[in-house]
Amino acid sequence: MKIIRPTVTIVGLLFLWGAITAIADLPRFILPSPLLVLQALIAKADLIAGHAVITATEILLGLAAGLTFGMFSALMISAYRPVRQWVFPILIASQAVPVFAIAPILVLWLGYGIGPKIIVGALIIYFPVAVGFLDGLNRTDPAWINLASLLQDRSGKSKMAKLYFIYRYIKIPFALPSLSSGIRVAAAVAPIGAIVGEWVGSSAGLGFLMLHANARIQTDLLFASLLVLTLMAISLYYLVDHILRRIMPWQPDQKFT
Amino acid sequence: MASDNTKNLLGAKGTVARAANQAVGQIGVDLQLTNLTFGETLVLKDLRLSLRPGKITCLLGPSGVGKSSILKIIAGFIPLPDGSSLISSDNAALSDRISFMDQKDLLLPWASVIENVVIGARLRGETPDFDHAREILEHVGLADRETARPDTLSGGMRQRVALARTLMDNCPIVLMDEPFSALDAITKFRLQGLAADLLRERTVLLITHDPMEALRLGNIIYVLSGTPVALSSEIIPDGAIPRDPANDVLKHQYSEIMHQLALTEGAGV
Repeated sequence: MKIIRPTVTIVGLLFLWGAITAIADLPRFILPSPLLVLQALIAKADLIAGHAVITATEILLGLAAGLTFGMFSALMISAYRPVRQWVFPILIASQAVPVFAIAPILVLWLGYGIGPKIIVGALIIYFPVAVGFLDGLNRTDPAWINLASLLQDRSGKSKMAKLYFIYRYIKIPFALPSLSSGIRVAAAVAPIGAIVGEWVGSSAGLGFLMLHANARIQTDLLFASLLVLTLMAISLYYLVDHILRRIMPWQPDQKFT
Repeated sequence: MASDNTKNLLGAKGTVARAANQAVGQIGVDLQLTNLTFGETLVLKDLRLSLRPGKITCLLGPSGVGKSSILKIIAGFIPLPDGSSLISSDNAALSDRISFMDQKDLLLPWASVIENVVIGARLRGETPDFDHAREILEHVGLADRETARPDTLSGGMRQRVALARTLMDNCPIVLMDEPFSALDAITKFRLQGLAADLLRERTVLLITHDPMEALRLGNIIYVLSGTPVALSSEIIPDGAIPRDPANDVLKHQYSEIMHQLALTEGAGV
Protein backbone atom coordinates (compact mmCIF):
# COMPACT_ATOMS: atom_id res chain seq x y z
CA MET A 1 0.00 0.00 0.00
CA LYS A 2 2.76 2.43 1.00
CA ILE A 3 4.65 1.87 -2.23
CA ILE A 4 1.61 2.46 -4.48
CA ARG A 5 1.06 6.17 -3.88
CA PRO A 6 4.64 7.39 -4.52
CA THR A 7 4.81 5.09 -7.54
CA VAL A 8 1.68 6.69 -8.99
CA THR A 9 3.19 10.14 -8.45
CA ILE A 10 6.46 9.18 -10.16
CA VAL A 11 4.81 7.38 -13.09
CA GLY A 12 2.45 10.35 -13.50
CA LEU A 13 5.33 12.82 -13.64
CA LEU A 14 7.26 10.63 -16.12
CA PHE A 15 4.17 10.45 -18.31
CA LEU A 16 3.79 14.23 -18.16
CA TRP A 17 7.48 14.64 -19.05
CA GLY A 18 7.12 12.26 -22.01
CA ALA A 19 3.96 14.01 -23.16
CA ILE A 20 5.66 17.44 -23.07
CA THR A 21 8.64 16.23 -25.16
CA ALA A 22 6.26 14.57 -27.65
CA ILE A 23 3.76 17.44 -27.99
CA ALA A 24 6.27 20.33 -27.95
CA ASP A 25 8.56 18.35 -30.22
CA LEU A 26 11.62 19.50 -28.28
CA PRO A 27 15.06 18.61 -29.67
CA ARG A 28 16.67 15.81 -27.63
CA PHE A 29 19.58 18.01 -26.52
CA ILE A 30 17.12 20.43 -24.86
CA LEU A 31 14.93 17.87 -23.11
CA PRO A 32 15.25 14.17 -23.95
CA SER A 33 12.20 11.97 -23.40
CA PRO A 34 12.20 9.55 -20.42
CA LEU A 35 12.71 6.69 -22.85
CA LEU A 36 15.89 8.23 -24.27
CA VAL A 37 17.21 8.77 -20.74
CA LEU A 38 16.52 5.13 -19.95
CA GLN A 39 18.35 4.09 -23.12
CA ALA A 40 21.36 6.21 -22.17
CA LEU A 41 21.27 4.71 -18.68
CA ILE A 42 21.38 1.17 -20.06
CA ALA A 43 23.89 1.86 -22.82
CA LYS A 44 26.31 3.68 -20.52
CA ALA A 45 25.62 1.68 -17.34
CA ASP A 46 29.28 0.77 -16.83
CA LEU A 47 30.48 4.34 -17.27
CA ILE A 48 27.83 5.73 -14.92
CA ALA A 49 28.39 2.99 -12.32
CA GLY A 50 32.14 3.69 -12.23
CA HIS A 51 31.57 7.39 -11.54
CA ALA A 52 28.72 6.66 -9.12
CA VAL A 53 30.99 4.55 -6.91
CA ILE A 54 33.42 7.46 -6.60
CA THR A 55 30.65 9.94 -5.76
CA ALA A 56 29.14 7.50 -3.24
CA THR A 57 32.52 7.15 -1.54
CA GLU A 58 32.87 10.93 -1.34
CA ILE A 59 29.37 11.29 0.11
CA LEU A 60 29.87 8.61 2.76
CA LEU A 61 33.30 9.85 3.81
CA GLY A 62 32.02 13.45 3.93
CA LEU A 63 29.08 12.29 6.02
CA ALA A 64 31.35 10.36 8.39
CA ALA A 65 33.71 13.31 8.80
CA GLY A 66 30.88 15.82 9.29
CA LEU A 67 29.13 13.58 11.83
CA THR A 68 32.34 12.99 13.78
CA PHE A 69 33.32 16.65 14.00
CA GLY A 70 29.76 17.86 14.53
CA MET A 71 29.11 15.47 17.41
CA PHE A 72 32.53 16.10 18.94
CA SER A 73 32.03 19.90 18.83
CA ALA A 74 28.57 19.61 20.39
CA LEU A 75 29.90 17.44 23.24
CA MET A 76 32.80 19.82 23.90
CA ILE A 77 30.61 22.94 23.82
CA SER A 78 28.04 21.33 26.11
CA ALA A 79 30.49 19.85 28.63
CA TYR A 80 32.96 22.75 28.90
CA ARG A 81 31.34 26.13 28.86
CA PRO A 82 34.48 28.11 27.96
CA VAL A 83 34.83 26.07 24.76
CA ARG A 84 31.56 27.54 23.55
CA GLN A 85 33.04 31.02 23.15
CA TRP A 86 35.95 29.63 21.14
CA VAL A 87 34.11 27.21 18.92
CA PHE A 88 30.67 28.74 18.39
CA PRO A 89 31.77 31.43 15.87
CA ILE A 90 33.37 28.68 13.77
CA LEU A 91 30.16 26.69 13.92
CA ILE A 92 28.17 29.65 12.59
CA ALA A 93 30.84 30.48 10.02
CA SER A 94 30.77 26.93 8.69
CA GLN A 95 27.19 27.54 7.64
CA ALA A 96 27.48 31.21 6.65
CA VAL A 97 30.39 30.80 4.23
CA PRO A 98 29.05 29.68 0.84
CA VAL A 99 30.70 26.36 0.02
CA PHE A 100 30.84 27.38 -3.66
CA ALA A 101 33.21 30.16 -2.66
CA ILE A 102 35.71 28.06 -0.77
CA ALA A 103 35.56 24.92 -2.91
CA PRO A 104 37.94 26.34 -5.59
CA ILE A 105 40.52 27.17 -2.90
CA LEU A 106 40.25 23.66 -1.52
CA VAL A 107 40.86 22.29 -5.01
CA LEU A 108 43.84 24.60 -5.36
CA TRP A 109 45.30 23.31 -2.10
CA LEU A 110 44.36 19.66 -2.26
CA GLY A 111 44.14 18.93 -5.96
CA TYR A 112 41.54 17.17 -8.05
CA GLY A 113 41.30 14.10 -5.84
CA ILE A 114 38.72 13.03 -3.28
CA GLY A 115 39.97 15.37 -0.50
CA PRO A 116 38.18 18.63 -1.33
CA LYS A 117 34.86 16.77 -1.88
CA ILE A 118 35.02 15.22 1.57
CA ILE A 119 35.83 18.58 3.15
CA VAL A 120 33.00 20.39 1.33
CA GLY A 121 30.59 17.58 2.30
CA ALA A 122 31.75 17.66 5.92
CA LEU A 123 31.34 21.47 6.01
CA ILE A 124 27.72 21.26 4.87
CA ILE A 125 26.90 18.45 7.32
CA TYR A 126 28.79 19.82 10.31
CA PHE A 127 26.27 22.53 11.19
CA PRO A 128 22.96 20.62 11.32
CA VAL A 129 24.62 17.79 13.26
CA ALA A 130 26.42 20.03 15.76
CA VAL A 131 23.42 22.29 16.34
CA GLY A 132 20.95 19.40 16.59
CA PHE A 133 23.09 17.51 19.08
CA LEU A 134 23.95 20.60 21.13
CA ASP A 135 20.31 21.56 21.33
CA GLY A 136 19.45 18.09 22.62
CA LEU A 137 22.30 18.08 25.15
CA ASN A 138 21.26 21.49 26.50
CA ARG A 139 17.67 20.46 26.91
CA THR A 140 17.98 17.66 29.44
CA ASP A 141 15.24 18.03 32.04
CA PRO A 142 16.86 19.88 35.00
CA ALA A 143 14.89 17.61 37.33
CA TRP A 144 16.88 14.70 35.91
CA ILE A 145 20.19 16.49 36.39
CA ASN A 146 19.23 17.19 40.02
CA LEU A 147 18.27 13.57 40.61
CA ALA A 148 21.43 12.30 38.92
CA SER A 149 23.69 14.55 41.01
CA LEU A 150 21.96 13.33 44.18
CA LEU A 151 22.34 9.68 43.10
CA GLN A 152 26.03 10.31 42.42
CA ASP A 153 26.70 12.09 45.70
CA ARG A 154 27.99 9.08 47.65
CA SER A 155 30.35 8.14 44.83
CA GLY A 156 34.04 8.69 45.47
CA LYS A 157 34.72 9.08 41.75
CA SER A 158 36.39 12.16 40.27
CA LYS A 159 34.40 15.05 38.84
CA MET A 160 35.38 14.01 35.32
CA ALA A 161 34.19 10.45 35.92
CA LYS A 162 30.85 11.70 37.26
CA LEU A 163 30.42 13.98 34.25
CA TYR A 164 31.20 11.03 31.97
CA PHE A 165 28.50 8.87 33.60
CA ILE A 166 25.94 11.69 33.41
CA TYR A 167 26.63 12.02 29.69
CA ARG A 168 26.73 8.28 29.14
CA TYR A 169 23.48 7.41 30.93
CA ILE A 170 21.41 10.61 30.86
CA LYS A 171 22.43 13.47 28.59
CA ILE A 172 23.46 11.68 25.40
CA PRO A 173 20.46 9.30 25.30
CA PHE A 174 18.10 12.25 25.95
CA ALA A 175 19.81 14.18 23.11
CA LEU A 176 19.53 11.35 20.58
CA PRO A 177 16.14 12.34 19.09
CA SER A 178 17.40 15.87 18.50
CA LEU A 179 20.72 14.57 17.10
CA SER A 180 18.86 12.23 14.78
CA SER A 181 16.91 15.18 13.30
CA GLY A 182 20.28 16.76 12.55
CA ILE A 183 21.57 13.53 11.02
CA ARG A 184 18.46 13.22 8.81
CA VAL A 185 19.05 16.74 7.47
CA ALA A 186 22.74 15.86 7.02
CA ALA A 187 21.91 12.69 5.08
CA ALA A 188 19.61 14.66 2.79
CA VAL A 189 22.16 17.40 1.98
CA ALA A 190 25.31 15.24 2.00
CA PRO A 191 25.26 14.58 -1.78
CA ILE A 192 25.33 18.35 -2.44
CA GLY A 193 28.81 18.57 -0.93
CA ALA A 194 30.24 15.89 -3.20
CA ILE A 195 28.63 17.34 -6.33
CA VAL A 196 29.75 20.90 -5.57
CA GLY A 197 33.26 19.58 -5.00
CA GLU A 198 33.19 17.72 -8.30
CA TRP A 199 31.88 20.68 -10.27
CA VAL A 200 34.66 22.93 -9.08
CA GLY A 201 37.39 20.57 -10.10
CA SER A 202 37.56 16.84 -10.53
CA SER A 203 38.54 14.03 -12.83
CA ALA A 204 35.83 11.55 -11.83
CA GLY A 205 32.41 11.24 -10.20
CA LEU A 206 28.80 11.82 -11.21
CA GLY A 207 29.20 15.61 -10.97
CA PHE A 208 32.19 15.41 -13.31
CA LEU A 209 30.22 13.16 -15.70
CA MET A 210 27.24 15.56 -15.71
CA LEU A 211 29.47 18.54 -16.40
CA HIS A 212 31.06 16.76 -19.34
CA ALA A 213 27.77 15.45 -20.69
CA ASN A 214 26.42 18.99 -20.55
CA ALA A 215 29.43 20.40 -22.41
CA ARG A 216 29.06 17.78 -25.13
CA ILE A 217 25.32 18.27 -25.31
CA GLN A 218 24.73 14.65 -24.23
CA THR A 219 21.65 15.73 -22.33
CA ASP A 220 20.33 12.17 -22.05
CA LEU A 221 23.51 11.09 -20.23
CA LEU A 222 23.22 14.13 -17.97
CA PHE A 223 19.68 13.14 -16.99
CA ALA A 224 20.69 9.51 -16.53
CA SER A 225 23.50 10.56 -14.16
CA LEU A 226 21.13 12.88 -12.33
CA LEU A 227 18.67 10.01 -11.92
CA VAL A 228 21.35 7.76 -10.41
CA LEU A 229 22.46 10.55 -8.08
CA THR A 230 18.89 11.16 -6.96
CA LEU A 231 18.34 7.46 -6.29
CA MET A 232 21.56 7.36 -4.28
CA ALA A 233 20.47 10.36 -2.21
CA ILE A 234 17.04 8.89 -1.52
CA SER A 235 18.51 5.50 -0.58
CA LEU A 236 20.97 7.18 1.76
CA TYR A 237 18.18 9.10 3.47
CA TYR A 238 16.00 6.03 4.01
CA LEU A 239 18.95 3.92 5.13
CA VAL A 240 19.91 6.54 7.73
CA ASP A 241 16.27 6.93 8.78
CA HIS A 242 15.92 3.17 9.20
CA ILE A 243 19.09 2.89 11.28
CA LEU A 244 18.02 5.79 13.52
CA ARG A 245 14.65 4.16 14.16
CA ARG A 246 16.33 0.90 15.07
CA ILE A 247 18.62 2.65 17.54
CA MET A 248 15.75 4.46 19.26
CA PRO A 249 12.79 2.11 19.56
CA TRP A 250 11.39 4.09 22.51
CA GLN A 251 10.70 7.11 20.31
CA PRO A 252 7.06 7.45 19.26
CA ASP A 253 6.92 6.25 15.68
CA GLN A 254 6.16 9.17 13.42
CA LYS A 255 6.55 7.83 9.90
CA PHE A 256 7.47 10.38 7.27
CA THR A 257 7.35 7.77 4.53
CA MET B 1 -3.29 -4.98 35.27
CA ALA B 2 -2.04 -2.79 38.08
CA SER B 3 -4.88 -3.45 40.48
CA ASP B 4 -4.25 -7.18 40.91
CA ASN B 5 -0.63 -6.72 41.87
CA THR B 6 -1.40 -3.96 44.31
CA LYS B 7 -4.14 -5.93 46.01
CA ASN B 8 -1.85 -8.89 46.68
CA LEU B 9 0.72 -6.56 47.96
CA LEU B 10 -1.46 -4.77 50.46
CA GLY B 11 -2.36 -8.15 51.93
CA ALA B 12 1.27 -8.75 52.88
CA LYS B 13 1.96 -5.41 54.58
CA GLY B 14 4.02 -6.63 57.54
CA THR B 15 6.59 -8.59 55.55
CA VAL B 16 6.93 -5.83 53.00
CA ALA B 17 7.72 -3.21 55.62
CA ARG B 18 10.27 -5.39 57.38
CA ALA B 19 12.11 -6.52 54.27
CA ALA B 20 12.43 -3.06 52.78
CA ASN B 21 13.81 -1.39 55.87
CA GLN B 22 16.80 -3.42 56.85
CA ALA B 23 19.60 -1.51 58.52
CA VAL B 24 18.51 2.08 58.07
CA GLY B 25 19.93 4.36 60.75
CA GLN B 26 17.46 7.07 61.67
CA ILE B 27 18.49 10.66 61.20
CA GLY B 28 16.72 13.90 62.01
CA VAL B 29 17.11 17.09 60.01
CA ASP B 30 16.87 20.66 61.18
CA LEU B 31 16.48 23.50 58.68
CA GLN B 32 16.58 27.15 59.63
CA LEU B 33 15.85 29.58 56.82
CA THR B 34 16.45 33.30 57.26
CA ASN B 35 14.82 34.18 53.97
CA LEU B 36 13.84 32.67 50.65
CA THR B 37 13.62 34.77 47.50
CA PHE B 38 12.59 34.15 43.92
CA GLY B 39 14.59 36.76 42.03
CA GLU B 40 13.63 39.98 43.79
CA THR B 41 10.51 38.74 45.56
CA LEU B 42 10.76 37.64 49.16
CA VAL B 43 8.74 34.43 49.45
CA LEU B 44 9.19 33.68 53.13
CA LYS B 45 11.47 34.41 56.05
CA ASP B 46 12.40 33.07 59.48
CA LEU B 47 11.22 29.56 58.93
CA ARG B 48 12.27 26.63 61.08
CA LEU B 49 11.45 23.11 59.95
CA SER B 50 12.49 19.94 61.77
CA LEU B 51 12.23 16.47 60.35
CA ARG B 52 12.02 13.94 63.15
CA PRO B 53 14.01 10.76 62.80
CA GLY B 54 12.01 7.88 61.37
CA LYS B 55 8.84 9.94 60.95
CA ILE B 56 6.89 11.20 57.96
CA THR B 57 6.68 15.00 58.01
CA CYS B 58 4.15 16.52 55.63
CA LEU B 59 4.53 20.06 54.38
CA LEU B 60 1.20 21.23 53.11
CA GLY B 61 0.50 24.40 51.21
CA PRO B 62 -1.06 25.95 48.12
CA SER B 63 1.09 26.25 45.01
CA GLY B 64 3.60 29.07 44.83
CA VAL B 65 4.39 29.40 48.55
CA GLY B 66 7.84 27.85 48.25
CA LYS B 67 7.18 24.29 49.48
CA SER B 68 9.23 22.74 46.71
CA SER B 69 12.04 25.24 47.26
CA ILE B 70 12.32 24.14 50.88
CA LEU B 71 12.70 20.55 49.69
CA LYS B 72 15.23 21.56 47.06
CA ILE B 73 17.30 23.40 49.68
CA ILE B 74 17.40 20.28 51.87
CA ALA B 75 18.33 18.16 48.84
CA GLY B 76 21.05 20.63 47.89
CA PHE B 77 19.54 21.49 44.48
CA ILE B 78 19.26 25.13 45.60
CA PRO B 79 22.17 26.58 47.61
CA LEU B 80 21.41 27.36 51.24
CA PRO B 81 20.64 31.11 51.57
CA ASP B 82 23.08 33.24 53.61
CA GLY B 83 22.62 33.00 57.33
CA SER B 84 20.50 29.85 57.07
CA SER B 85 21.49 26.50 58.47
CA LEU B 86 20.83 22.87 57.67
CA ILE B 87 21.99 20.32 60.22
CA SER B 88 21.50 16.60 60.68
CA SER B 89 20.98 15.03 64.10
CA ASP B 90 24.34 13.23 63.85
CA ASN B 91 26.16 16.32 62.47
CA ALA B 92 27.41 14.46 59.38
CA ALA B 93 26.92 15.46 55.77
CA LEU B 94 23.37 15.03 54.48
CA SER B 95 23.39 14.90 50.71
CA ASP B 96 24.82 11.39 50.34
CA ARG B 97 22.06 9.96 52.52
CA ILE B 98 19.09 11.51 50.76
CA SER B 99 16.92 9.99 48.09
CA PHE B 100 14.43 12.02 46.14
CA MET B 101 11.12 11.28 44.44
CA ASP B 102 9.60 13.84 42.14
CA GLN B 103 6.07 14.54 40.93
CA LYS B 104 7.30 13.37 37.53
CA ASP B 105 8.41 9.74 37.53
CA LEU B 106 11.70 10.69 35.80
CA LEU B 107 12.07 7.26 34.25
CA LEU B 108 14.53 6.87 31.41
CA PRO B 109 12.33 5.99 28.43
CA TRP B 110 14.99 3.84 26.72
CA ALA B 111 15.84 1.73 29.77
CA SER B 112 13.97 -1.29 31.12
CA VAL B 113 12.20 -1.16 34.48
CA ILE B 114 15.09 -2.86 36.29
CA GLU B 115 17.71 -0.66 34.63
CA ASN B 116 15.74 2.37 35.81
CA VAL B 117 15.79 1.03 39.36
CA VAL B 118 19.59 0.53 39.34
CA ILE B 119 20.42 3.80 37.57
CA GLY B 120 22.04 5.18 40.74
CA ALA B 121 24.71 2.47 40.68
CA ARG B 122 25.20 3.00 36.94
CA LEU B 123 25.73 6.73 37.45
CA ARG B 124 28.31 5.99 40.13
CA GLY B 125 30.11 3.51 37.87
CA GLU B 126 29.36 0.62 40.22
CA THR B 127 28.11 -2.86 39.41
CA PRO B 128 24.35 -2.82 40.08
CA ASP B 129 22.91 -5.18 42.69
CA PHE B 130 20.20 -6.75 40.53
CA ASP B 131 19.08 -9.17 43.23
CA HIS B 132 18.28 -6.30 45.57
CA ALA B 133 16.54 -4.46 42.70
CA ARG B 134 14.36 -7.52 42.00
CA GLU B 135 13.51 -7.77 45.69
CA ILE B 136 12.32 -4.15 45.73
CA LEU B 137 10.41 -4.59 42.48
CA GLU B 138 8.62 -7.48 44.16
CA HIS B 139 7.68 -5.19 47.06
CA VAL B 140 6.13 -2.66 44.69
CA GLY B 141 4.36 -5.45 42.80
CA LEU B 142 6.29 -5.23 39.53
CA ALA B 143 8.40 -8.39 39.71
CA ASP B 144 6.98 -9.64 36.42
CA ARG B 145 7.67 -6.37 34.57
CA GLU B 146 11.40 -5.95 35.06
CA THR B 147 12.21 -6.08 31.35
CA ALA B 148 9.32 -3.81 30.30
CA ARG B 149 10.00 -0.35 28.89
CA PRO B 150 8.37 2.56 30.78
CA ASP B 151 6.11 3.53 27.87
CA THR B 152 4.32 0.18 28.20
CA LEU B 153 3.38 0.87 31.83
CA SER B 154 0.43 2.75 33.35
CA GLY B 155 0.97 5.99 35.27
CA GLY B 156 0.60 4.20 38.60
CA MET B 157 3.08 1.49 37.61
CA ARG B 158 5.58 4.08 36.45
CA GLN B 159 5.36 5.87 39.77
CA ARG B 160 5.88 2.52 41.53
CA VAL B 161 9.08 2.05 39.52
CA ALA B 162 10.12 5.55 40.64
CA LEU B 163 9.36 4.51 44.24
CA ALA B 164 11.50 1.38 43.76
CA ARG B 165 14.36 3.55 42.46
CA THR B 166 13.95 5.85 45.48
CA LEU B 167 14.22 2.84 47.83
CA MET B 168 17.11 1.22 45.96
CA ASP B 169 19.97 3.07 47.66
CA ASN B 170 18.42 2.48 51.08
CA CYS B 171 18.85 6.11 52.16
CA PRO B 172 17.63 7.03 55.65
CA ILE B 173 16.16 10.32 54.41
CA VAL B 174 13.56 10.43 51.65
CA LEU B 175 12.32 13.70 50.13
CA MET B 176 9.11 13.52 48.12
CA ASP B 177 7.78 16.39 46.03
CA GLU B 178 4.06 15.78 45.41
CA PRO B 179 4.85 12.24 44.26
CA PHE B 180 1.24 11.15 43.75
CA SER B 181 -0.33 14.36 42.47
CA ALA B 182 -0.43 13.28 38.83
CA LEU B 183 -2.33 10.05 39.54
CA ASP B 184 -6.05 9.29 39.51
CA ALA B 185 -7.81 9.03 42.88
CA ILE B 186 -7.82 5.23 43.19
CA THR B 187 -4.24 4.69 42.05
CA LYS B 188 -3.20 7.51 44.36
CA PHE B 189 -4.97 5.88 47.32
CA ARG B 190 -3.27 2.53 46.72
CA LEU B 191 0.16 4.06 46.18
CA GLN B 192 -0.14 6.09 49.39
CA GLY B 193 -0.76 2.85 51.28
CA LEU B 194 2.18 1.15 49.59
CA ALA B 195 4.52 4.10 50.20
CA ALA B 196 3.50 4.28 53.87
CA ASP B 197 4.54 0.65 54.32
CA LEU B 198 7.78 0.86 52.41
CA LEU B 199 8.91 4.14 53.98
CA ARG B 200 8.31 3.07 57.58
CA GLU B 201 11.25 3.89 59.91
CA ARG B 202 12.70 6.40 57.45
CA THR B 203 12.85 10.16 57.86
CA VAL B 204 10.50 11.44 55.19
CA LEU B 205 9.59 14.92 53.99
CA LEU B 206 6.44 14.77 51.90
CA ILE B 207 5.45 17.91 50.05
CA THR B 208 1.79 17.97 49.08
CA HIS B 209 -1.09 20.29 48.36
CA ASP B 210 -3.67 17.65 49.24
CA PRO B 211 -4.77 17.85 52.92
CA MET B 212 -6.19 14.32 52.76
CA GLU B 213 -2.84 12.94 51.62
CA ALA B 214 -1.10 14.70 54.51
CA LEU B 215 -3.67 13.38 57.00
CA ARG B 216 -3.37 9.86 55.61
CA LEU B 217 0.42 9.66 55.65
CA GLY B 218 1.85 12.30 57.98
CA ASN B 219 3.13 11.69 61.52
CA ILE B 220 3.58 15.44 61.74
CA ILE B 221 1.88 17.97 59.48
CA TYR B 222 2.87 21.58 58.92
CA VAL B 223 0.75 23.99 56.92
CA LEU B 224 2.54 26.71 55.00
CA SER B 225 0.03 29.51 54.48
CA GLY B 226 -1.12 33.04 55.25
CA THR B 227 0.11 36.46 54.18
CA PRO B 228 3.05 36.71 54.65
CA VAL B 229 3.60 32.99 54.40
CA ALA B 230 4.37 31.28 57.69
CA LEU B 231 4.60 27.74 59.00
CA SER B 232 1.70 26.60 61.21
CA SER B 233 2.21 24.89 64.54
CA GLU B 234 2.50 21.16 64.10
CA ILE B 235 -0.58 19.00 63.64
CA ILE B 236 -0.22 15.44 64.89
CA PRO B 237 -3.13 13.26 63.82
CA ASP B 238 -3.92 10.10 65.81
CA GLY B 239 -3.73 6.57 64.56
CA ALA B 240 -1.39 4.35 62.60
CA ILE B 241 -0.29 5.25 59.09
CA PRO B 242 -1.83 4.93 56.51
CA ARG B 243 -4.94 6.33 58.14
CA ASP B 244 -8.48 5.72 56.99
CA PRO B 245 -9.90 8.89 55.39
CA ALA B 246 -13.43 7.92 56.53
CA ASN B 247 -12.45 8.59 60.17
CA ASP B 248 -14.53 11.44 61.69
CA VAL B 249 -11.62 13.12 63.52
CA LEU B 250 -9.69 13.18 60.28
CA LYS B 251 -12.63 14.79 58.50
CA HIS B 252 -12.73 17.50 61.13
CA GLN B 253 -8.99 18.13 60.81
CA TYR B 254 -9.38 18.18 57.05
CA SER B 255 -11.80 21.09 57.19
CA GLU B 256 -9.58 22.94 59.67
CA ILE B 257 -6.58 22.64 57.37
CA MET B 258 -8.64 23.72 54.37
CA HIS B 259 -9.66 26.81 56.31
CA GLN B 260 -6.01 27.58 57.11
CA LEU B 261 -4.94 27.09 53.48
CA ALA B 262 -7.65 29.45 52.29
CA LEU B 263 -6.06 32.28 54.29
CA THR B 264 -3.22 32.54 51.79
CA GLU B 265 -3.79 35.47 49.50
CA GLY B 266 -4.42 34.46 45.91
CA ALA B 267 -4.29 30.77 46.70
CA GLY B 268 -6.12 28.52 44.28
CA VAL B 269 -6.88 31.36 41.87
